[in-house]
Amino acid sequence: MIKYLLAFFFITYNSYAALEVTIAQGKVEPTPIAITQVFGEDADTSRYGNTLREIISNNLTNSGLFYTVNEDLYIQSDNLVEKVPRFEDWKLIKAQFLLSADVMKTDKGIRLRMRLYDVFNAKEIEKLQLTIPDESLIRRVGHTVSDIVYERITGETGYFDTRIVYVSEVGPLDQRIKRLAIMDQDGHLDSHQFLTDGRNLVLTPRFAPNNQIITYMEYKDNLPRVYIYNLKTGEREIVGDFPGMTFAPRFSPDSKSVVMSFSDSKSANSEIYLMDLNTRDIKRLTSDSGIDTSPSFSPDGEKIVFNSDRGGSPQLYIMDKEGNNTKRISKGKGVYGNPVWSPRGDLIAFTKLTQGNFHIGVMDPDGNNERVIVRDFSLESPAWSPNGRYLIFHRQNKSNLDGTGGETTIHFIDITGYNERIIPTPRDGSDPAWSPLL
Amino acid sequence: MFKKLLLLVATGFFLASCAATTNQGGDASINSGTQEDLIVNVGDRVFFEFDSSELTVDAQSTLDAQAAWLMQYSDTNITIEGHADERGTREYNLALGDKRAFAVYSYLAQAGVDTNRMEYISWGKERPEVVGSDETAYSQNRRSVTIVTN
Repeated sequence: MIKYLLAFFFITYNSYAALEVTIAQGKVEPTPIAITQVFGEDADTSRYGNTLREIISNNLTNSGLFYTVNEDLYIQSDNLVEKVPRFEDWKLIKAQFLLSADVMKTDKGIRLRMRLYDVFNAKEIEKLQLTIPDESLIRRVGHTVSDIVYERITGETGYFDTRIVYVSEVGPLDQRIKRLAIMDQDGHLDSHQFLTDGRNLVLTPRFAPNNQIITYMEYKDNLPRVYIYNLKTGEREIVGDFPGMTFAPRFSPDSKSVVMSFSDSKSANSEIYLMDLNTRDIKRLTSDSGIDTSPSFSPDGEKIVFNSDRGGSPQLYIMDKEGNNTKRISKGKGVYGNPVWSPRGDLIAFTKLTQGNFHIGVMDPDGNNERVIVRDFSLESPAWSPNGRYLIFHRQNKSNLDGTGGETTIHFIDITGYNERIIPTPRDGSDPAWSPLL
Repeated sequence: MFKKLLLLVATGFFLASCAATTNQGGDASINSGTQEDLIVNVGDRVFFEFDSSELTVDAQSTLDAQAAWLMQYSDTNITIEGHADERGTREYNLALGDKRAFAVYSYLAQAGVDTNRMEYISWGKERPEVVGSDETAYSQNRRSVTIVTN
């Protein structure tokens, strides 16, 4: 994030020592933060200020780790960017932290100044000034400020200045039209954009961990194959151009390779392959008569978790990056799928079908400590936030013979199982995937 | 003698008109060797058990008929579509649909249908035949469908 800021914003950013706030597993009591008006000097800057305050407040609240103290309670109503707050006034209304900001027009563009205060210790803990060339970057500024506040107070990496790519769905359930779409992580409509026109069926988009490239599957000319899409250049190209279906793609942690399933048309046996995107060399990693699919790398690039029915029913397995030392890790009853390794490396998220319901859960990479996070009739496609604290996934309602029902929505949840909410999309949404920090 | 002849002619005429009637009735609009012919007179699809790509006895008898039909209309080409019900992950079901389509492809090839006339594709759970979240719908959706492409 800071890299981005240095490249695109004029910024001064005082980095203070990290606070001693740690977040343990289990239910978190949200930390109360007061956010003053983001003061503007005219109609335009006041409007930017309102937008920024709303973005910051929503982001922090939606994280489940903060709540914004009701503005009606504020005793002091001044701009506190240059003025020391009356901390007693803020203590009284139980605001633990206090954020104040203002927006001004300068000859270089739009300038934001922000101060973050620790109310109980009566001191400034963060200070930021940045200038953007025009208002098109306002939402990015709101997300960036949110990240700085989140990081400063929780000690975890933020995730607000990120995007979600997903499959937008519309039309009858037996002839669904599916398009790739992208939006800010908060799902704000202003940020929403379609990437494909719906002519071809598209499935399972996933971000590269290090850049703005996605890999996905498309039925172009009725050939289901894996593609990559560079979001910066708009360039799309096939990478799974083999004699047979290629699917289930994911990037390696260095974003230089794609691991995917290839089902040779001479046998229809799905095996996992690794392709180097530079040399286009491919390497076969599995060799078994069962279905091998849904590969996902560990963040250190050493191991791959995948889904296989080699033991009779779909279960989760781990192998090393060379395809050796394969062992089953799923231990519970049920049908497992969709394994995704956390970017922190400590957990694997998965889906499990048992007793008529889908469950999204997490387990240690050795399969121990399996824990269900959410359960419903139909849940699919868990994907991690870049900081490894949250999951997004999609939920589908039951459908009926008359064609009604079957709505799909994208959801966000803390891995503690708390704070689930819908990420709004203009149409139905499925197969969400999170970008790295912009 | 004359009477007898008249009767024969009349019978012949009756038989001819009868055949014409049959052609114009029920099956008259169906052209031989088409998708519709396959659906009505042979069966265009076979069904599978949950999480299985094995051909059941019923499926094999349908495919025997399909093979015979394909031998008869030897200028037709087909695409075999493999499908799954919604109770599996998208990716696993793509693999499963592929295996189901291939099971049909191999069976027909074994029965003598030239592989140059056949292609197959998996649609996973993306194109259900019947919408609905119950076993009635699922059992109709776990299928392979033979599509005549020319």
